[in-house]
Amino acid sequence: MIKVMDLHKSFGSTEVLKGIDAFVEEKEVVCVIGPSGSGKSTFLRCLNMLEEITDGDVEIDGVRLMDPKTDINKLRAQVGMVFQHFNLFPHKTVMENITIGPVKVSGISQEDANARAKGLLEKVGLGDKADVYPGSLSGGQKQRVAIARALAMNPKVMLFDEPTSALDPELVGDVLEVMKDLAREGMTMVVVTHEMGFAREMGDRVLFMDQGIIMEEGKPVDLFDNPQNERTQEFLSKIL
Amino acid sequence: MWDKLNELVSSPHYVNSIPFIWQGMQLTMIVTFTGFFFGFIIGSLVGLMRISKNKIIYGIATVYIELVRGTPILVQALFLYFAVSDFFGINFDALTAGIIAIAINAGAYIAEIVRGGVESVDKGQMEAGRSVGMTSTQTMRYIIWPQAFRRMIPPLGNQFIISLKDTSIFAVISLGEMTYIMRQYVSTTGEPFVPYIMLCLGYLIITVPSMVILRRVERRLDV
Ligand SMILES: Nc1ncnc2c1ncn2[C@@H]1O[C@H](COP(=O)(O)OP(=O)(O)OP(=O)(O)O)[C@@H](O)[C@H]1O
Ligand SMILES: [Mg+2]
Repeated sequence: MIKVMDLHKSFGSTEVLKGIDAFVEEKEVVCVIGPSGSGKSTFLRCLNMLEEITDGDVEIDGVRLMDPKTDINKLRAQVGMVFQHFNLFPHKTVMENITIGPVKVSGISQEDANARAKGLLEKVGLGDKADVYPGSLSGGQKQRVAIARALAMNPKVMLFDEPTSALDPELVGDVLEVMKDLAREGMTMVVVTHEMGFAREMGDRVLFMDQGIIMEEGKPVDLFDNPQNERTQEFLSKIL
Repeated sequence: MWDKLNELVSSPHYVNSIPFIWQGMQLTMIVTFTGFFFGFIIGSLVGLMRISKNKIIYGIATVYIELVRGTPILVQALFLYFAVSDFFGINFDALTAGIIAIAINAGAYIAEIVRGGVESVDKGQMEAGRSVGMTSTQTMRYIIWPQAFRRMIPPLGNQFIISLKDTSIFAVISLGEMTYIMRQYVSTTGEPFVPYIMLCLGYLIITVPSMVILRRVERRLDV
């Protein structure tokens, strides 16, 4: 589903991603872990071109991002993104947050989009919040709306950038529950996270990133219980 | 002293000047509203140009803003009305010149208001809009602009009042707005005190309600 080929990314003269090769199979859940500043967010953001790729290429469902013929807006519509700080649209109701993409981008009628949004809100456990503004929601509720907003576009892949790290600890569970449901339904997911429990339970594979490269990757059991790389061992010993 | 005061209270100029104030006020309002309307359009465009990554577009916008902000509106009006019309052989009347002067002048200040408003919206909003597949134009229109506009309302209100007061300098191009008319009134009657009080009142009648409305809107937007 996703193929990352020798991906490089520089901001000015500092190279943040130094040649990343990776892949994500359909229906696979890949978790990305690593110390702060290692380039996890940048990596994720390159996957839907929120950051311009400096060198190398990414292929999503057979479409190359760097191909000049690629319609990047169309591609983004198929890649759902969930941000650490939710980035809901504060001037729009929960319902409008979810329907604006389908209506403006996919050209679906407002009625159809509303009906679908209702279903998605039920699914994330917020069926009664359709008409409120994001300002009145808790962090956990906001993030679940953000997930519903991304799902409304029927994405082929969902990208999560530390979706729970801005949340109060007691609100993390609800969001993780929604993500687990998604994973069980067979959604292809790339999740940057500090939630090692989630990575262990739901991850098909874990990538350990450090200093702009993937230092180690493997099944959660192998990587967590028997890390090969010294940097991985050091990182895991600090957080576990 | 007592006589003077008595004379002031019983002055006929309070009533006599009202028709003139009213006449001038109409023109003042026309110039202000029309000029500000076009100024807002110019300001929105130029403000967005100021955010552009394209250096040429950014440069044009910057030069315009600095030229306008660095020169007095009085000089701008003189230049427009006498120099430009003379040079290009276009003969616009004082009203048109006044409207253009307000539009160009307010446009520059509004451009900075627009830039500030748009830049105050969190970057994550653009990213969220883009990541559901909207183009940058769509995201600007549906996501960024509505949020930016709310924050622009208080400074826009201020600029409106400044522009309104700026119209008083169009007396120099003989535009018959409130100040011009009252100056004529004073020179015909030879009595300055009461007519100029009335002139002040003429401006306050527009500015005070504007400020009250503005403060209300501000309070409502806070919530
Ligand atoms: N827009 C930018 N301009 C310049 N440097 C940037 C930019 N974005 C990120 N960086 C730098 O790139 C490096 C990697 O950042 P990134 O956000 O990808 O790290 P991360 O692994 O997500 O860290 P964290 O766990 O703290 O979120 C950091 O050193 C950061 O300062
Ligand atoms: Mg990050």
